[in-house]
Amino acid sequence: MSKRRSLTEAQCVSLAQKLLRERLCHQKLPDRPLALDSQYKHLLELLRRTAVHGESNSVLIVGPRGSGKTMLLGCVLRELMSLKEAQKNVLLVELNGLLQTDDKIALKEITRQLHLENVVGDKVFGSFAENLAFLLEALKKGDKSSSRPVVFVLDEFDLFAHHKNQTLLYNLLDVSQSAQTPVAVLGLTCRLDVLELLEKRVKSRFSHRQIHLFSSLSFAQYVDAVRSQLSLPPDFPDPKFSDAWNHSSYTQSLFPLSAFTAGIFKPIHLFLSVSRVSVSHSTLHEADLLEASRLISADSKAIILHGLSILELCLIIAMKHLNDTYDGEPFNFQMVHNEFKKFIQRKSHSIHKFEKPVVMKAFEHLLQLELVRPVDSGVCKVQREYQLMRLMLEHGQVMEALQRYPQCPTDVKQWALSAFA
Amino acid sequence: MVSTPLSKWKLAAITSAPCGAYMNYAEGLMASNIPTSPQETAVDFQEMGLQDKLLRKPTNQSITRMSVTLQCPGYPEDTLRSLAERLPCRETQLATLLALMGQPDQYSYPSVFIYGHRATGKSHVVLSIMKDLELPHASVDCVECVSSGLLFHQVLSAFFGPDAAALLPRCPSLSDFVRLYKQMSSNSPATQTRYIILDRAERMRDMDFSLLPALLRLQELVNDNVTVILLSEIVWEKFRPNTGCFEPLLFHFPDYSKAELVQILSWDHHPSYTPELYASYINILLGVFFSVCRDLRELRHLAVLNFSKFCEPLEKGEAKESDIHKLWKNIEPHLQRAMQTVYLREVSSVQWEQQQMDEKEATTLRVLSAHAHIELPYYSKFLLIAAYLASFNPARTDRRFFLKSHGKIRKTNFLKKHEKTSNHLLGPKPFPLDRLMAIFYSVVDSRVAPTASIFSQISSLVTLQLLSQVGHDDQLDSPKYKCSVSLDFILAISRTVGFDVVKYLYDFL
Repeated sequence: MSKRRSLTEAQCVSLAQKLLRERLCHQKLPDRPLALDSQYKHLLELLRRTAVHGESNSVLIVGPRGSGKTMLLGCVLRELMSLKEAQKNVLLVELNGLLQTDDKIALKEITRQLHLENVVGDKVFGSFAENLAFLLEALKKGDKSSSRPVVFVLDEFDLFAHHKNQTLLYNLLDVSQSAQTPVAVLGLTCRLDVLELLEKRVKSRFSHRQIHLFSSLSFAQYVDAVRSQLSLPPDFPDPKFSDAWNHSSYTQSLFPLSAFTAGIFKPIHLFLSVSRVSVSHSTLHEADLLEASRLISADSKAIILHGLSILELCLIIAMKHLNDTYDGEPFNFQMVHNEFKKFIQRKSHSIHKFEKPVVMKAFEHLLQLELVRPVDSGVCKVQREYQLMRLMLEHGQVMEALQRYPQCPTDVKQWALSAFA
Repeated sequence: MVSTPLSKWKLAAITSAPCGAYMNYAEGLMASNIPTSPQETAVDFQEMGLQDKLLRKPTNQSITRMSVTLQCPGYPEDTLRSLAERLPCRETQLATLLALMGQPDQYSYPSVFIYGHRATGKSHVVLSIMKDLELPHASVDCVECVSSGLLFHQVLSAFFGPDAAALLPRCPSLSDFVRLYKQMSSNSPATQTRYIILDRAERMRDMDFSLLPALLRLQELVNDNVTVILLSEIVWEKFRPNTGCFEPLLFHFPDYSKAELVQILSWDHHPSYTPELYASYINILLGVFFSVCRDLRELRHLAVLNFSKFCEPLEKGEAKESDIHKLWKNIEPHLQRAMQTVYLREVSSVQWEQQQMDEKEATTLRVLSAHAHIELPYYSKFLLIAAYLASFNPARTDRRFFLKSHGKIRKTNFLKKHEKTSNHLLGPKPFPLDRLMAIFYSVVDSRVAPTASIFSQISSLVTLQLLSQVGHDDQLDSPKYKCSVSLDFILAISRTVGFDVVKYLYDFL
């Protein structure tokens, strides 16, 4: 019989942090994915048919980033492997479009994951198809009656469609159509138009089965989802602490966050709030979640404008005026300098006249920050001062940045607000 | 150069470029002169620092010497305190970073993107944290990684030793790197979070297109406790790939306010003068340069270069330390000149110092910029003037300027509408050689024969990059040129030959 030690507050907090961080960052698989029951059942049925009955299948899972595609697949595969027949037979090959950027690399990876490097040895194959056929042949059982089913998971499926001739896709889907080996090809992608990327011959071999994951949670479901992600498990050593934690009220602050439902499974704001918990601040408050959402939705360009010098700010205002006067046509440094000189001569008291090279250095700093970009970023046969540029900021962003600029001289503000330069 | 203690100190200051190394040196210098000890106030950092930053209130201008007691379990207290003292004005950011990192054995968010202006201390803070708390990290500067293989090599050798890095094939792909990392980490799993720090991460956008998205989700791909920290000057919106990627946690390092700059720059005051004198010197310097440049590194460089000139009256005995006004009058024109030369890197720092020692009066400095002291032959000057006129006057106005008798030129409607855009704003236009010669003959007062010497002068002007050739080299019959010289230069040249060029320019009619 285990004696329950009473843990100190600090230990409770650190244990809670550890659990929650592992859940939020490392994305441990939950028992059942939320609000995805029908898709779960569909996928599980498909894979069961391949694993147990030997049918070949191909399916695409489509959904925006953070909607739970990998998580759904993980849960389904976990349940599949718990079936007795599947456990002994099924082979899993996981490919990622970001890592396997070429068909040769992909083929080597397939060989490695099927543990067939020794079998292949130093053989040289004429084509991709021959190689793949050899690999699948090697998986046949001794009496040549049937072969072990293979599940191919292709993460970032749309990147595979950019390979040369789409050979990998063509061959995999070809195998899934012919009756040689039971093969399941699962693609995960975030692009809705992924089928348009496929060539005609590849598209015709695909079974056109798609599973869409669009999270359409109501607000109540969203609150439940957040609560379940942030709650401590029942076997937490200190029940008082976990009670206080689980019942802390932050539901009110979730309303502005419900705009982020698409990324329910990629919880940055939950992580940020959890990271603020410490010994002195040992439960989650509403303020934490609100601060986290404010951090996430901050406009980074406006924040960067806060750190510019006065001269650079004046140049940005001059560019804004040029944009307004000439309706967004590209400008060059000479025009900006001209506007700036007009301001210095007529209206300014606080800013004294700077030499042209100093103004040029400030302009180049803006170029390096990519707040201003040249129109044709390739060959520049024109002198630096005459190269055409565009401002990458909106009118509203500039005005907002001016409001928050520390110790902005009033004549600069007046100049920015005036309609006529 | 006579090596006085002052110059030795300056040399050390200028040559030790990384902020961290210099800070250590400065600390050693002023071991006994630490300015007012920070009041240890136990302020809850969440309330003070984070609120201020997040609610975007104007930051408090007064120098607050409160050091925040960092409540971070898992790290030794005194290390944290010494770390906080070495990072002035960055206590809030340090505390937030430590909160994000959590305890060493806990998981942290897979990728963090830290952005802010240059010289705001991003690399300094992150690397100091890593080194002082002895966390396993791999620090890579993306400017050095011309190929992704170099990046993989550095990461693997930092975490698993050079033998692991040697296992990488010749031109490693991302797939090889991930596979090798998985293999190595299954042999030696991570007891603490491993950090990969990518400095100047904007260069990664030019490398393989899949490198950045893959590194952002490295924790998931290798199934290990690793966090990638990206440091950059450029905002995250410019990094995002077309089809999206795993969004990192964005963290901003705010720029230093004027008071904070004074505080930091006063750290490296010279031991033989009082800190108050140095602080007033810094205030004068910021008064000149703050509206132009807020980069800490540049300001420090300028401060160090000009301090000896500032102290000249004190050394000569003309003024006391309290005569701030006199010292200001002495140094201010000097700083203005510095803005036009050293700040622009027209003159090297060594030259600038020599200038201060040799010449006591304010004379014009010999600048590096090539155009300033070019001596051209007589006809070349006229050729250049003719080229300038050809570039910046529209061809149809040549008759009016260069013919002895011209009729009235009627301006059509089209001309009147587009007069506003001055040619000087749009840039020089190309002109054929014949037009140049025509204008040249009318501009030069004496009769000139079209000999080879005249034409060869045109070629030498092209070599000097005062003219530039437009179009292909093969066009021998009628080559086209463009004048790449500024108005000030032409005015200076025409003054030396006694020619009024403004009278002939269309934009100045």
